[in-house]
Parts: sequence; C-alpha cells; structure tokens
Amino acid sequence: MIPDTAVPLAIAGVSHSYGARQALDDVSFEVLPGRVTMLLGPNGAGKTTLFALITRLFDMTAGSISILGRDLAATGAAALAPLGVVFQQPTLDLDLTVTANLRYSTALHGLAPAEARARIAAELARIGLEARADDKVRALNGGHRRRVEIARALLHRPRLLVLDEPTVGLDLPTRKALVAHLHGLARDHGLAVLWTTHLIDEVEADDALVLLSRGRIVATGRRDEVIAAAGAADLAGAFAALTRATEAA
Amino acid sequence: MTPVHALRALNGVVARELARFLGQYTRLAGSLVRPLLWLVVFAAGFRAALGLSITEPYQTYITYEIYVVPGLVGMVLLFAAMQGALSMVFDREMGSMRVLLLAPLPRPFLLFAKLVAITIVAVAQAYAFLAIAWLWGVDFPAAGFLTVLPAAILAALMLAAVGLLLSALIKQLENFAGVMNFIIFPAFFLSSALYPLWKMQESSEALALVCRLNPFTHAVELIRFALYGRVDALGLAVTTATLAIAFALACWAYDPGRGFRPARGGD
Repeated sequence: MIPDTAVPLAIAGVSHSYGARQALDDVSFEVLPGRVTMLLGPNGAGKTTLFALITRLFDMTAGSISILGRDLAATGAAALAPLGVVFQQPTLDLDLTVTANLRYSTALHGLAPAEARARIAAELARIGLEARADDKVRALNGGHRRRVEIARALLHRPRLLVLDEPTVGLDLPTRKALVAHLHGLARDHGLAVLWTTHLIDEVEADDALVLLSRGRIVATGRRDEVIAAAGAADLAGAFAALTRATEAA
Repeated sequence: MTPVHALRALNGVVARELARFLGQYTRLAGSLVRPLLWLVVFAAGFRAALGLSITEPYQTYITYEIYVVPGLVGMVLLFAAMQGALSMVFDREMGSMRVLLLAPLPRPFLLFAKLVAITIVAVAQAYAFLAIAWLWGVDFPAAGFLTVLPAAILAALMLAAVGLLLSALIKQLENFAGVMNFIIFPAFFLSSALYPLWKMQESSEALALVCRLNPFTHAVELIRFALYGRVDALGLAVTTATLAIAFALACWAYDPGRGFRPARGGD
C-alpha cells in the first residue's frame, strides 16, 4: 500500500553516461502532487536520458529514483505501477483500432475487462473521441493520436504522469489545448506531472521549473524565481543565459 | 505480480498479436503459399529424383511428400517465428515496444508473454498447412493432428525464443534481410527438413555433421516422430535445451541494465 504522503517522484544524485560521454551529472529534484513540473532544457541536455531512467528503459549508473516512495532499482518493474507515461515518439499501434490500443494497455496493467471497458469509454468521452473508438489509429490526425496516448497513460489511474516532449510536431492550437488539459489534470485531480520540453511557452506561472543543461541542473524554482535568479527580463532570457553559461563552462 | 494480473497481461499480448496477424491477409497467405509451393511443385520433382529408404519413424517406404510434410511444418514455424522477431524490431523502431516494457511486470514475464503470443500464431499457421496437406492427399495418421501439437508448440517456442534473441541483437529494421540470408535459409537447408540426413551424408560428411548440430533439425525430427505418435528423445532434449538457452539470452539482452536503445531523436 502506498501512503498518500509519499513523494510521487524523487530523483536523488542521478548520473548516467554512455561510455565516456556524461549524459547526466548528479541530478536531484522532486515532483509533487497537484503540480506540473517542467523539465526544461535545450536539445542534448539529457532530458530523454532522464526520462528513460525514470521509465526503467535502462538502469542508471549512480543515484536513485523513487516513485511514491518505492526505489526503482530495488523494487524493479513493480515500482512502475503508479506511473503513466507519454513518450516523445508515438507508441500507438497504427494498425489497431483506438479501443484495441487502449485495451492492450489496460491488460498490461491488469485491469479487469469490465472495468477496462468502462474506463476506456470514460477517457474517450473526456477527450472527445468516443466516435472514433473503432477507427484505426492510422486514420487519426497527430493531435488526436496524442490525446489517445494521454488517455492511455491515465487509464490505470496513475498518481504520477511523465511526458517527454508530448507536443512535438503538433500545431499551435493543439499544443495549447494539450497544455491546458494536462494542467487541468494536475489541478483538479491532484496528479503529479513531469513534463520535459524545450518550448518555454508551455510553462505556466505556477509550474515548478527544473532547468537542465549539458546533463546538470542549472536552475530550479517557479518561473519568476528562475527569471530573477538569472537576472533576465523573461523566461526566454533566463533560459538563454543559464544554458549559455553552462556551455561556456 | 499476482497470477490474475499476469494472466490478463498475457491475454492482452496474445490478443494484440492475433489482431495484428488477422489484419494482415498477405502475411497469412504468404505463410501458406511458401510450404505449399514446396509440397505441390518441388516435391513432384524431388519425388522422382530422391529415393527414400525406410527410416524411423516410418514403417514402410514412403513418398517424398510424406517425408517433407514435417519439414514444411517446421518451415511454417520458422518463418512465423522470424516474422514475430521482425515485428518486435518493427515495434522497437516505431516505439510501441516501450508500452510493453513499461508494464509493471517482470521483464522476463513480458518476454515470455510475447513468446507465447508468437507461438500461438505460428502453431495456428502450421495447423492450417497440415490441414491443406491432408486434403491434398498426403497420408499420415489422423491422430497425428493431436499428437503433433505438443511437438509443434515446443518447436515454435524454441524458434520464437531464438527470434526474440535476434530481435534484441538486430539494431535496425533494415538489417533484417541479413537474418534471412544468414539465419533462416541456412537453418532450413542445413537440416533434415527436405532430405534425410543419411542422404546428406552420402554427399558430404561435413555438411551432415552441421545438419546434426542444427537445433532446427531436431525440432523437425520431434515433429516428424510426433506426427506418428512417437517421441524423439534426442529431438525433445535438444529443442528444450535450445529453448531454455535462447530465452535466457533474450532475457539478458533485454535487461534494463544493458539498456534499451533510445528512440531516434532523443537526447
């Protein structure tokens, strides 16, 4: 039983390297419930590596990651149960229907068929795609596919949702709708959200920020705090100044 | 992992594999056309050229069509298993493999579920071929349909485990053509699927030895004996051992400690 007070995601002293190349260096931060934490960083900052470690696609070389108090390295796959994931790369099976894709996910999470059917219907209604339930994913546009992926990540009612650049390739209105949708999930349902991105316009005022550059954390805090710490006029300026300083070091 | 959770996950993986297979009509047709071409066309020519003496498990002289059917069942299983491996490489390239590996279940179990799913699809294809061969007039005991089932399942599991291992080792989808040339064709032609080993030995001792060392030979012999209600002890031992070794290596190859190749475009 996971206590309600457990921190959804605690990352402590995580380092990882690919051979001689250091991808992450002593990264530590926490993701809290009811809050969107934006992991910002330019391309090559190590965001996707950190994402792969959180989702246990590979093991880290140093440090620890705990999901709701359960250490990922010690607990193994079972620690992933309260985790919902949206990958940067689309992961839906294009040749299966929307429902078949969602059913596959509920089966992997061990949901009973009747419960799975009810949750799938509810999630599809929530994202406004009930009429497309029996369509093959191939027939959906990019924005709808993303919505289905987010719906899939929520089917087993996770307490922590992690998303790796979920808006890549989407048009501006769809991006804005997704940003609003996910902030609503955090605010209204107490979901902890970790969102990796390099698009600073996706950050809202109350979001917790973690700024990553060349594998190291260069700033944390709310938007205004990060801007003030960098002595910049806005977040774009702070982002540029902080990442430039790391690259020059 | 509770048994109910495991069963539901297994069911989900099998249902997905079946849905994908049934949605690809050309794959089903292709899996049957290949062995039927051997049975109907090549066997007609080989029948005249090849003289077959009485060998176990046969009690009398047999036609080449009767000899080749177990080998062609093996061929169906071999290609189905490699198709399963190809779909795993494809899933990895397309990203959908991550959905499987992210399930809160031990990774060896997830790989086992995939193994079972590929095996079910492969055995279903093998039975479709056997039924057509029977209707074509190839004579084997009707009870063989039942007695061959455990052998076909074990052979399919072994081949699927080898495919699973290959899918972990193949870095790109484009490299799969190499598997055809370096794995599937040698495994098939350097076996007892198309001609008995004593016939091969008459031509080349060395090639006959390679055939004997080929696990696919033993899978085919296991099927051949099972079709006549008998157990080939050596075939059973080699097939089981190969299954165990290939599956253990596949689990090692997919271990998070070794890393799952990041998708293209990540950092």
